[in-house]
Amino acid sequence: MSKVKKGVRLDHISKIYQDPKTGKDFYAVKDTSLTIEPGSFVTLLGPSGCGKTTTLRMIAGFESPDEGEIYLGDQAINALTPNKRDTAMVFQSYALLPHYNVFDNVAYGLKLRKVSKEEIQKRVMRILDLVELTGMEGRMTNQLSGGQQQRVALARALVIEPSVLLFDEPLSNLDAKLRVSMRTEIRRIQQEVGITAIYVTHDQSEAMALSDNIIIMNKGVVAQMGSPQEIYYHPNSEFVADFIGEANFLKGTLERMDGDHAILKVEGSPTRVPAKAGMTAGTEYTVVLRPESAVLRDQGGLPCQVTLSCFMGSYQNYHVKVGNTLVKLTDYNPKNKRIYQVGEQCSLVFDPESVHIL
Amino acid sequence: MARSQSAVLDRKKLMADPILVGTIVVLITFLTLFILYPLAILLVDSFYGGEGFTTATFQKVMAMPTFRTAIGNTLKVGFLVGVLSTIVGLLFAYVEVYVKVPGSDSVFLIPMPVGWKAVRFTPNIMGGLFKVVSMLPVVSPPFVLSLSMIMLFGKAGIITRFLLGIYDNSVYGFWGIVIVQTLTFFPVCYMMLKGLLKNIDPSLEEAARDMGASRWTVFTTVTLPLLLPGLGNAFLVTFIESIADFANPMIIGGSYDTLATTIYLQITGAYDKAGAAAMAVVLLCITLGMFIVQKYYLEAKTAATLTGKASRGRMLIEDKSVTIPLTLLCSLAAFFVILMYACVPIGALFPTWGYKFTPLTFKWFSQVFTRYHGFQAFRDSFVLSLIASPITALLSMIISYLVVKRRFKAKGFIEAVSMLAMAVPGTVLGVGYIRGFSGGVFHTGFLQGLYGSAAILIIVFVVRSLPTGTRSGISALRQIDKSIEESAYDMGADSFKVFMTVTLPLIKDSFLSGLVTAFVRSITAISAIILLVTPSVYLITVQINEFAEKGAYSIACAFATILILITYGSVRLMNLFIKYFGTSKKIKEG
Repeated sequence: MSKVKKGVRLDHISKIYQDPKTGKDFYAVKDTSLTIEPGSFVTLLGPSGCGKTTTLRMIAGFESPDEGEIYLGDQAINALTPNKRDTAMVFQSYALLPHYNVFDNVAYGLKLRKVSKEEIQKRVMRILDLVELTGMEGRMTNQLSGGQQQRVALARALVIEPSVLLFDEPLSNLDAKLRVSMRTEIRRIQQEVGITAIYVTHDQSEAMALSDNIIIMNKGVVAQMGSPQEIYYHPNSEFVADFIGEANFLKGTLERMDGDHAILKVEGSPTRVPAKAGMTAGTEYTVVLRPESAVLRDQGGLPCQVTLSCFMGSYQNYHVKVGNTLVKLTDYNPKNKRIYQVGEQCSLVFDPESVHIL
Repeated sequence: MARSQSAVLDRKKLMADPILVGTIVVLITFLTLFILYPLAILLVDSFYGGEGFTTATFQKVMAMPTFRTAIGNTLKVGFLVGVLSTIVGLLFAYVEVYVKVPGSDSVFLIPMPVGWKAVRFTPNIMGGLFKVVSMLPVVSPPFVLSLSMIMLFGKAGIITRFLLGIYDNSVYGFWGIVIVQTLTFFPVCYMMLKGLLKNIDPSLEEAARDMGASRWTVFTTVTLPLLLPGLGNAFLVTFIESIADFANPMIIGGSYDTLATTIYLQITGAYDKAGAAAMAVVLLCITLGMFIVQKYYLEAKTAATLTGKASRGRMLIEDKSVTIPLTLLCSLAAFFVILMYACVPIGALFPTWGYKFTPLTFKWFSQVFTRYHGFQAFRDSFVLSLIASPITALLSMIISYLVVKRRFKAKGFIEAVSMLAMAVPGTVLGVGYIRGFSGGVFHTGFLQGLYGSAAILIIVFVVRSLPTGTRSGISALRQIDKSIEESAYDMGADSFKVFMTVTLPLIKDSFLSGLVTAFVRSITAISAIILLVTPSVYLITVQINEFAEKGAYSIACAFATILILITYGSVRLMNLFIKYFGTSKKIKEG
């Protein structure tokens, strides 16, 4: 694929819909600006109704933005119809043409581009090889499994060598195991082809496994954009922290600063956490504590009481009460560890560097 | 918040697709010119009397006692036909869906090379009977039952005169129309109600039975309330059909005039075109009002109460005290209908109906061709219908595609006008065409050549069949995932390519059956056509009507028999064709 890679830029994009029940207008996407680098794999992640699919469909051209401009490379594409845009989409329902076999489905876009017969033959076979469907070209699409159908959909999108590949929750109709293996496949193929990919999903592990960058959306606006690590370790809001992985939120009032750390009073106990800029004494702050970042000890941390202790195989699952705050913990590899029972008084211990202050 | 930018962009995107825009423009022109304009001109004509706005024409028409009686007659007949058709339709639907038809399994011995083989065979006589009864009104021209009614129960009727010895029985008038129309239209109710009954979840009724309700209580407290909007819907649909029906009241009405026949006579007898226009407006208002209630109120309500799909099969009622009377009632009704239809071909074989029954003769059939322009009539009807049906089928598929799959401003207009055609009685359309095109569009002479030509007949055929085709196309398209077309669009196909390579192949069955329906409807059509046909063109239905009016029943029967054979043959042929070339079924299985 010898094409110049293109990025995608959204410049203050908004989309307004009418609520069918109340008849009122609302922003499905509001004043969103994004830059997606050429060749990168970016995921739009968020709960349903957050505007991620609408954003993708605006990039594909199925929806028209009400404000702002979309750029593909340097070209403004607002007024282009989907068939004139250099993008190709992989649909949630695969959307294969049911009256064509695998070969004709993949060849469809090439035929429209008036590519010669020999060339079509060559390119379709090469792509089918890439998605590991060689030998299936004569099958009708309803004779394929869900995973195979999704590979055909991917091959069909890849074969026309678009500048940008768009994925609309492509794995949500597959069973859990196949989902995991297909996402590895998608990542491998994207890396091999080196194409810009925009991927919509509500599944955070899919987003983590696939993306160079994750864009978290909530209620039509971008909540946070960054690498999976940045988003997991340094979420910028309770929403993001809660949406990606599990999170405990500890509330504490700032007592004093101690160099680049802050001492917060959490449920009556002074607790040391990394500081952030502009903190003022007496203000309440929220600390994000991941369930795997803390352990239970007999003493030396925040005093707490165990309310749930459950063996899960690879980890022991605890719920503890720190004052009035419920904290969920996962203690991995519990085989030779001291197990705390429900009702026991103990202490919640964590490394200050493993928590994040909002 | 302003949605102006997306509106501008959507318009730009639409304009980037010249074939789509062209199609929309052609469609809007067609619908405006051949549906909206003829109706509008009726309004204009009846309110504009040479010098400005006037209600004089209406006052004149309303002052006619014949017209006032006709309105009353039409509503009385329509109401009763609506009620009766709904009841008979419900009976048939209920028996088919709920009742285990009595009749023991029969064992047949079938000769085999090495002896006899016993084959158990449960004859599904009722099923077959129901199919025939619901099929017959579709393939036969609309007025054959009137013919049979006269031949069986009229003054010289076989049953009345020869079996019962009644010499002065009059079938003409109110009861004649009611009986004939009920028999013609109840299959429509039967088909509608059957679909609804199948959608009732059996566990609802089982729950009621479980609480201790008797079958009758279950029927009145569960089944009937669930079905009520559907019954209302069926009632109104047949009410409209009855009001719009022209052919039956024409033949069997005698001096009992309905709106459709009064309008016809106003034009052909009194040559009062403006008066007929005003009458047509009255008729149109009645059907349109009912259509709006039916379409936007009852249909929505029906869908709302019966959303649940039946989760599993229903335990059929086996209780003999229920099954035997119901089955008996149904069989009697079905046999009566079949007898009525059978009377048509048989009637064509008797030397003189009512006087001389033997020897059976083919003389009427041969006279059709030798004396009464039979070849020409069949050729003209056949050719015109054959031209009209692919146009209708294609147009209705395009309209359904645009309505279901595309977004654009004029979409609402296209959908509304094509559905509006359903509420327009043929007679009203016929008068509209006379007023609208005899002097050219707006009496300017533009398109005047159309009037009196075969082309206008084809257009009428198309307009009359368009709503049914569009409705079936819309429901077929709604079942196709919209992302399939989006994917083709996304791959680089423009709207035309998407329609030809994706949409049309996926709704091939609906297209083909639309083709048959359009053909059958066209070749059996009469109400609008009879007002527009010129002496140079012979149409079978017009011929039958003429002979029936003259009392030449044998020749009318011969014409009708051949017509039924042609339509039935085309339906069978097309079903065979769909079976071998339709793809949709193969795809749906996936």
